[in-house]
Amino acid sequence: MAEQAIPAWKKTFEEAGSQILFFGSFLRNIFKSGFEWSEFIRQCYEIGYKSLTLVGLTGFIMGLVLTLQSRPTLADFGAESWLPGMVSLSIVREIGPVITAIICAGRVASSIGAELGSMNVTEQVDAMEVSGANPMQYLVVTRVLATTLMIPILTFISDAVALFGGFLAVNIDGKVSFYLYFTKSIAVLGFSDIFPATIKTVFFGLAIGFIGCYKGINSNKGTESVGLAANSAVVTSSLWIFVIDAIAVQLTNILAYH
Amino acid sequence: MATLVNHPSNEAAPTSPAKENVVEIRGLKKAFNGFEVLKNINVDLKRGENLVVLGKSGQGKSVTIKCIVGLLTKDEGSVKVFNEEVSDLSDEGLKKLRTKIGFLFQNSALYDSMTVRENLSFPLTRVLKLKDQAEINSRIEEVLEGVGLLDAIDKMPSDLSGGMRKRIGLARTLIMQPEIMLYDEPTTGLDPITSKEISQLILEMQKKYKTSSIIITHDMPCAQITADRIVVMNDGEYIAEGTYKELENSENELVRAFFK
Repeated sequence: MAEQAIPAWKKTFEEAGSQILFFGSFLRNIFKSGFEWSEFIRQCYEIGYKSLTLVGLTGFIMGLVLTLQSRPTLADFGAESWLPGMVSLSIVREIGPVITAIICAGRVASSIGAELGSMNVTEQVDAMEVSGANPMQYLVVTRVLATTLMIPILTFISDAVALFGGFLAVNIDGKVSFYLYFTKSIAVLGFSDIFPATIKTVFFGLAIGFIGCYKGINSNKGTESVGLAANSAVVTSSLWIFVIDAIAVQLTNILAYH
Repeated sequence: MATLVNHPSNEAAPTSPAKENVVEIRGLKKAFNGFEVLKNINVDLKRGENLVVLGKSGQGKSVTIKCIVGLLTKDEGSVKVFNEEVSDLSDEGLKKLRTKIGFLFQNSALYDSMTVRENLSFPLTRVLKLKDQAEINSRIEEVLEGVGLLDAIDKMPSDLSGGMRKRIGLARTLIMQPEIMLYDEPTTGLDPITSKEISQLILEMQKKYKTSSIIITHDMPCAQITADRIVVMNDGEYIAEGTYKELENSENELVRAFFK
């Protein structure tokens, strides 16, 4: 029993150590000269612009469904007028950032993991290294920074579309003006709602990019490992999104109420 | 007559006094997960020569050249390139050394999200830090003309055949004007005619750019065309060394088997 447990622990620590070293290398390479601006912009386009439809559609449905589901309960208590505020708080503080990040973990982390994994298998990463270029700077720094920048922007857009979805849901069998709905939605939002929610999306983006790159670059040299890298990138980054969310909520509560 | 090059690790391998060694390997050992792939490798590459390494698949031929370029780290022994121990080099030192070494990968390893032009300009802009677009274009066109594929300049790697990919891979390494070229099975997966063309091209490029080359292969026509000297590898060790003609008549059955 003990003999089997030791290698498993060793492997876990080795993996953790390897991730820390990889993260250290990522940080060092951000500040090295020769930042790959064109590749960074290309990645922002690939990660941000190309996720827009998916994230927008998800956000719209999220707002619509949340409003339709909440409305009867609030109506029972005669609190229908609280609907825009409640939907907006739920979307901005929790549902918007987490759902957007999960959608992006599925689309972006898997694509980064598979792309870098396949570059690794076909020795393109080795070719880059052997030529004297810096794969960390070209492949990893650009992707991780692009996700770190794009996930907050996508979340902002998703939140806005979700609120619009909520507005349409309210207007299915009622008449609320656009101005009134959005005034009520935004009036309930304070600094302590928007700021922590935005900060945590930055960390969601960092986790998605970092884990996608780590899994891709460290994949084994077989075709099967490309699929494993993509799969593992999605699972691990999704898990990290929930862990970061839990930590962020705790920190927000401590800082806001104590 | 073939001579064994399997010297004890502290002894020097035979060297020609006329030409300096650009690569010197002594007692190189490398294991993966407890399995010893390289047991005791001793070999030199002299300036301007084409050294062919023959051996069955899985004998560690590619591992040897990956140790030379620092992609893999040795377990024991010494790997010196231009009299510098590769494992002692700093990151910057290794980067500088790599600019003098060209590596043609088995599957060419072209960056598949970039066009041929972008593949070739990549090391120029990132490593040599060239800014002048006219100079970059002229170097790309010159090297593509050398490998006979100027027409493919704006194509994607996925639009190229296996032979064309090898040529572009070769062009991408030669554009850095390396002093040493390492070829990892340059003719694998190609038809005999294209294989011969690639082998001739290796020879032409060696003459044009005056490189010293290590060519890993088990393609005998390629070895015959390109080799100044051949070493045969078996079970993690070099078992014979000589010219193509010497090894063809070797007394060692295993060595002769390659020439049948």
